[in-house]
Amino acid sequence: MKKALIPFALFIIMAGFLFKGLFLNPREVPSPLVGKPAPAFSLPRLDQPAKTFSPKDMLGQVWLFNVWASWCGACRDEHPLLVALAKTGLVSVVGMDYKDTAAEAEQWLTERGNPYLLSAVDADGRVGIDYGVYGVPETYVIDKAGVIAYKQIGPVTLESLRDDILPLVKRLQAQ
Amino acid sequence: MIKKYLLGLVSILLLAFTLQGTANEAQPLQSDAAVEAQVQRLATQLRCLVCQNQTLADSHAELAQDLLQEVREMAAKGMSDQAIIDYLVARYGDFVRYKPPLNKTTSLLWLGPFALLFLGGIGLLVMLRRRQAMQAELPLTAAETRQINELLK
Repeated sequence: MKKALIPFALFIIMAGFLFKGLFLNPREVPSPLVGKPAPAFSLPRLDQPAKTFSPKDMLGQVWLFNVWASWCGACRDEHPLLVALAKTGLVSVVGMDYKDTAAEAEQWLTERGNPYLLSAVDADGRVGIDYGVYGVPETYVIDKAGVIAYKQIGPVTLESLRDDILPLVKRLQAQ
Repeated sequence: MIKKYLLGLVSILLLAFTLQGTANEAQPLQSDAAVEAQVQRLATQLRCLVCQNQTLADSHAELAQDLLQEVREMAAKGMSDQAIIDYLVARYGDFVRYKPPLNKTTSLLWLGPFALLFLGGIGLLVMLRRRQAMQAELPLTAAETRQINELLK
């Protein structure tokens, strides 16, 4: 009788692991960039192509770096949240327009509102590779010293904003 | 007659030169066969992060093409396989490698099968010992011995 229970117990343990697996997201690849300085770059601004933006311009403040594109469907979902966040003035959001055309990007922002302090233009996706971007939208929290504190892959949601991003921003701002 | 041949020879040579010129123009970064071989070798060892279960060589995703281009440029600069892999791991993490390296997070993955084999081996050994002990513990009674001897005659 006892012996018959062993395979059953093994089955329960395995089922437990598999059940847990159902709720894991294989798309969430842990980024090696968290805890490292944000890679340096200098890219033209979307609104004023003659001027450039560089992450070191933001030194001394906590900011969000949001990679977006007008062709990206999930960006549409998160966009109203970013617009609402910008209105609260809690934290600056810098955008990076990833592999996009200026005309379409400008139109997208005109139609949906522009939550960004400014958007840098990464037309060929080179800077995207330095940031390990593989699924737009992606959002980074960068601290006062220019170190990446958090990376969100995929759209920002109300939950991730409320539970992870904003508490972290507050903590980093207090430092 | 000779003049005609010469003319023909010159025009063939001219044609060859022009053809060579266009042939050279058509391949911007892939001129070096060694570089291309390195790119192909690396492409089968690197994961496309968009499709996840395909290598860069198999994938047609735009990101995979961009990454291949990046790899090609690094290879053209003379970077070693290891340097290029390190460059991508620094950005995308170990997941970008199709063959996971042995480290703390992957130790269960690498050593798990051997641990299972070891445990299974111990289990088997214990079971065999027990069975042997059981067999040894059953001596024949005098009646049984007589019966066997009877049968063997």
